[in-house]
Amino acid sequence: MELVNLFIRSIFIENMIFAFFLGMCSYLAVSKTVKTAMGLGIAVTFTLLVTVPVNFLVDTKLLQPGALAWLDPSLAGYDLSFLSFIIFIAVVAAIVQLLEMIIERFSPSLYNALGIFLPLIAVNCSILGAALFVQERAYKTLSEATVFAVGSGVGWALAIVALAAIRERLKYSHIPAPLRGLGITFIITGLMGMAFMSFMGIKI
Amino acid sequence: MSQATKTEPKEALFSKKNVKILKDPLNESNPVTVQVLGICSSLAITVKLEPAIVMGVSVLVVTAFSNLITSMLRNLIPNRIRIIVQLVIVAALVIVVDQILKAYVYDVSKQLSVFVGLIITNCILMGRIEAFALANTPWKAFLDGIGNGAGYAAVLIVVAFIRELLGAGQLYGYQIIPESWYLDNGGWYSNNGLMLLPPMALIVLAVLIWVQRAKFRQLIEN
Amino acid sequence: MNVNGNSYTYVFSVVMVVLVAVVLSVAALSLKPAQDANIQKEKKQEILKSLGIEVTRDEAEASFETYITDQLVLKGGKLEANPETPAFDIKMADAVAKPMDEREVPLFIAERDGKVFYIIPVRGKGLWGPIWGYVSILSDGYTIAGATFGHKSETPGLGAEISLPVFTDQFPGKKLAVNGAYQSISVRKGDAAGDHQVDGISGGTITSVGVESMLNDCLQPYMSFLLSRSSVLSAPEGAALSDTLISVL
Repeated sequence: MELVNLFIRSIFIENMIFAFFLGMCSYLAVSKTVKTAMGLGIAVTFTLLVTVPVNFLVDTKLLQPGALAWLDPSLAGYDLSFLSFIIFIAVVAAIVQLLEMIIERFSPSLYNALGIFLPLIAVNCSILGAALFVQERAYKTLSEATVFAVGSGVGWALAIVALAAIRERLKYSHIPAPLRGLGITFIITGLMGMAFMSFMGIKI
Repeated sequence: MSQATKTEPKEALFSKKNVKILKDPLNESNPVTVQVLGICSSLAITVKLEPAIVMGVSVLVVTAFSNLITSMLRNLIPNRIRIIVQLVIVAALVIVVDQILKAYVYDVSKQLSVFVGLIITNCILMGRIEAFALANTPWKAFLDGIGNGAGYAAVLIVVAFIRELLGAGQLYGYQIIPESWYLDNGGWYSNNGLMLLPPMALIVLAVLIWVQRAKFRQLIEN
Repeated sequence: MNVNGNSYTYVFSVVMVVLVAVVLSVAALSLKPAQDANIQKEKKQEILKSLGIEVTRDEAEASFETYITDQLVLKGGKLEANPETPAFDIKMADAVAKPMDEREVPLFIAERDGKVFYIIPVRGKGLWGPIWGYVSILSDGYTIAGATFGHKSETPGLGAEISLPVFTDQFPGKKLAVNGAYQSISVRKGDAAGDHQVDGISGGTITSVGVESMLNDCLQPYMSFLLSRSSVLSAPEGAALSDTLISVL
């Protein structure tokens, strides 16, 4: 029950984009059509699903003060937490590069559609952000971290697909010329963010 | 040796071309409003002017040096692992900056907190490394880094200025709107609390983009 | 030289990893003493602040010696004067992770202008990361004398306001007990009234809720101690004080 709770919370209430505005770069760049948005959403969810648990294990078994004690009690005095930024991002980058190779081999069409944005997943703030959240909020078990990761990914995918759907419609509306493209997208995201803020008060 | 020494043998440090590299990102190719890079962090820390300025300066330092280092190494980095190499350079720089802030300017580091870590994933860094530093000489890359960092800082400061003034009636923590204007004190004015909420950062940014593009019409998208 | 060859790639990665590791370790190790000193001094500064004593970070050390008369550890409802881990070194982050009755938590005793204060550390979760604080309580055991809060990464201008006087100034005079029964402080949305409520931060709802549950959670282990203090007031002849308590006073 606790896990279901966490899952729903990370999708709607603590949505990566609307509550924390993480991962905005690729969110804005790849939300022109629903199809590519869906593709990226799935890629981000998958990356989160793989990287967050790995980073959780790295953090609890290697980096935290005293985390090395499971190897040998004499190592309990070490504190490697200053390395957490770099290790987290290295894990993320390695997994993203792996993912890129896999997609290239098995789905060339998806690979073409996502093009240069795949490498950008590595610098998608939501991926590193999720790893840092797991560390900061001190989730205790691997399953908690995993559920949080999937929920965040689904929430992110939901947001980008919704925005892409709106942007497909926008092609047919009259927008003041200087506001076309980026400007109106920001305003729409702002409005969607306000709508999602109404989830924030809910306590499940 | 490398090709770097051959390509630009004798160019003045601040030639016209180099000044252009430095100045363009301030307006026509601004990283935030035109290149759409580094939006994440610009939203969260623009509630007040002070963190926005400190963040702008930190990003400027990291962009300048990450561009410089990558450019110096650009002929040595194996293509297949280049993204990881770039990330390692950026992350190492950010950790060093973070540690130095914590040790010597503790109060500033507390202000920035989690956002120092998020500098690593600021798309400006990777974007400029990929698009510029890998193909240019170190000095040019360094200028490009400073220019883009400054362009980013400028946007942060403008957004933070508007939000702090309208949302809290203050600038840099000092009360600007006279206390006697407030409804509580019998006046007619009230702060717009909405300005302090994250969605308003997006909308303020959109208005900025609107103004910029209305003035520089070549930036308008189709 | 083939920059894209396999062996070159491996050599490059190994060299890079070693170089970066050396640079970062040197930076981290050489800066650690300065960072730790900052953190210690800041902790002393915060503890003093809950008493309403504002000092700069450099003065904190000396003032702490002046005002804080005793540092005790509360374990299983009992106070220990000479615990294994000194009260000051207890990490609240680890302490609050344990179930309520197994916690080992510090209690600082301060004396200012001849009056005795109890200072209790609290710690919980905000929106982005941990939040913490110190609550000082008058010698009656239930009236709050002052409070101070800190946070790691709350949003500037919103949740971060919990550390400002706007929020903390509401605490002095609030009560932690009703008729001898423990009742914590609740954080309201702008309609706070009475002795047990304060107003939260508008726009910082999650942080405000975090403060409320942090107070409720962290003050509870001290309950038996606090309430025995107030019962002393209502029934001075009741000699229900344990030896430890007497030695404290």
